[in-house]
Amino acid sequence: MKSEWYFSTDALCVGYNGRALISEITLGLRRGEILTLIGPNGSGKSTILKTISRHLAKIAGTVVLDGRDLHALSGRELATRMAVVLTERVRPELMSCGELVASGRYPYTNSFGRLTERDREIVRGALRRVHAEELYDRDFSEISDGQRQRILLARAIAQEPEIIVLDEPTSFLDIKHKIELLEILRDMAKKQRITVVMSLHEIDLASKISDKIVCVKGDRIAAYGTPDEIFTDERIRALYDIEHGAYNAALGCVELSRPAGEAEVFVIGGAGYGIPFCRALQKAAVPFAAGILWENDVEFPVASALAAEVVSVPAFAPAGEEAVARAKAIIGRVGRVIDCGCPVGEFNRVNGELLRCAGAKRTTEAGV
Amino acid sequence: MNTMRCSMVFLALAILFCAAVVWNIRTGTVKISFGEIVRIIFTADKSDLPANNILWKIRLPRLLTAAVLGGALSLSGFLLQTFFRNPIAGPFVLGISSGAKMFLAIVTIALAGVFPTMPLSVTVIAAFLGSMLSMLLVLAFSGKIRNMSMLLVIGIMISYICSAVTDFLINFAKEADIVNLTHWSMGSFSGAGWTNLKAATLIVLPTLAAVFFLSKPISAYALGEGYAQSLGVNIRLFRVLLIAASSILSACVTAFAGPISFVGIAVPHICRILLRTQKPILMIPASFLCGAVFCMFCDLIARTMFSPTELSIGTVTSAVGAPIVIWLMISRRIKREE
Repeated sequence: MKSEWYFSTDALCVGYNGRALISEITLGLRRGEILTLIGPNGSGKSTILKTISRHLAKIAGTVVLDGRDLHALSGRELATRMAVVLTERVRPELMSCGELVASGRYPYTNSFGRLTERDREIVRGALRRVHAEELYDRDFSEISDGQRQRILLARAIAQEPEIIVLDEPTSFLDIKHKIELLEILRDMAKKQRITVVMSLHEIDLASKISDKIVCVKGDRIAAYGTPDEIFTDERIRALYDIEHGAYNAALGCVELSRPAGEAEVFVIGGAGYGIPFCRALQKAAVPFAAGILWENDVEFPVASALAAEVVSVPAFAPAGEEAVARAKAIIGRVGRVIDCGCPVGEFNRVNGELLRCAGAKRTTEAGV
Repeated sequence: MNTMRCSMVFLALAILFCAAVVWNIRTGTVKISFGEIVRIIFTADKSDLPANNILWKIRLPRLLTAAVLGGALSLSGFLLQTFFRNPIAGPFVLGISSGAKMFLAIVTIALAGVFPTMPLSVTVIAAFLGSMLSMLLVLAFSGKIRNMSMLLVIGIMISYICSAVTDFLINFAKEADIVNLTHWSMGSFSGAGWTNLKAATLIVLPTLAAVFFLSKPISAYALGEGYAQSLGVNIRLFRVLLIAASSILSACVTAFAGPISFVGIAVPHICRILLRTQKPILMIPASFLCGAVFCMFCDLIARTMFSPTELSIGTVTSAVGAPIVIWLMISRRIKREE
């Protein structure tokens, strides 16, 4: 019976020198799905990937690739099905990018590694795939990190794999190249049904590209599921032991920790006008309060992560007497207000009222 | 353009090879003119003339031995540099010659009573065994140590230990017993006859052929073991074959010609710079050919520069090779830091 999974592990146990590091890893992927391993540094993401790619011997359990035991495949057979992009820095001397990508053809060439016209076409296609055709004749040691990573990916593509394993492919890349690389991977997965297994440091990107997520921490995998199941604020905070600062699952954004202490200033913003002020106060380590914010306001997650106190009102509800009273009390206590310049309209007129009431004490130290 | 460049390099090496052959035969206390060389060789004139004898019995076997062993040495260096991913890896850095010398010293002293003068075959076999043993020792460590630079350091340390043992033995040996050892450790192609040449060729050429068949995995190895393995290379087997081939080559050279330094390091570098590629399918023949040419010219210098006194071949290869290595290292550095 063929299982529904193209790639699966059953009670896989990985580690070094026969000592188990992480055990009972059980997961399954269909063709064309993207699985991402996330977790803190040193949690064993690479160990799992190296075991899957057979660079490390497994300790126990099974890995099944297309209905067959991965560890029973011959080296060549595995090479025609699985390609890898490793973290180790390669610095071959005197090797052009074209030659490097062509090395991916190894499992298909004759015993002297002669490239046929078809091989060359595939190499060029792989370079086109990663938008790096112009690098064909360039020496690999003379190009940038971002370009190198793309060339290594092209090498993996030239291997014509069904599954590709990447260990932190986005490290050393700037944000533009990170996005570019992940988009290439998503294209491959969705258009060519190539299964992707990788580890990422950027949890915000991981949530956006992956079909399945594995959280690696401790001696078991901490969680496994779809991004929606995995990316909750608490789970991410627990995974990375974030004690200070915040992770927002809905927006996938990370905030640094809030300034400690009692609020010294009250920020009246809304509709995102207050976000730069909140960030500036955080940087200057000035504790602040914010309000009145509706909970569906774009500013609300930022303010609640950074402010000592937030006066908030449920989404779409009118601001009641109680909220206004609380805000006034805080303003009375801190004595200073920042007007972020958010327009006052029909629905947030209470903020206008707050501003008027604070009029006497009003400061316009916009830059804080 | 690259193909053009490679063809030019091989053409140049072929021309230099021919030039080295002719020059080597001509030069010496007895001069043989170019016309005469061509006549003697192409008519296979083996009549009992002095020129014929010198050509057939002395100069030709000697220069061919230099060619075969020089090629072997340089190829061995290329393989070791590939394996250790370290530009200064070479057969002599890893203690092969010291191992051979130590073994030869032990055998010489042990058998001093048996043979009045040491037969050449015993010297050759002892040096060969010694080389292989020290290489096996290095290899045994390579299973335990993943860091290649550390392995290189171990090789160097093994070489010091072997030298210490050798010096210790020599201290307590009679002068007369170790004449042969002293002679061997000078390193020379002199006295090379057809028998030795045949034996060396029988070892070197099949190994060269085998190395050609390793060129595909060697090219995959350029990106590191991880990638090579993911392309389906059987790493364990590959390592054993690579080290075995380079050990056999360098052990053979050490056995027949004594320790010759720097050829194994310098020549592959020169080839890389000339060819501007790392492709083993080109580097293997180029290293061999270039090593042959290099050693023939060095031997020419060794026997003619201070004639009638002959220098040891190691003196010449070091004097020529070491500055080349220094220059290469510095220019690499500068390129890296740019």
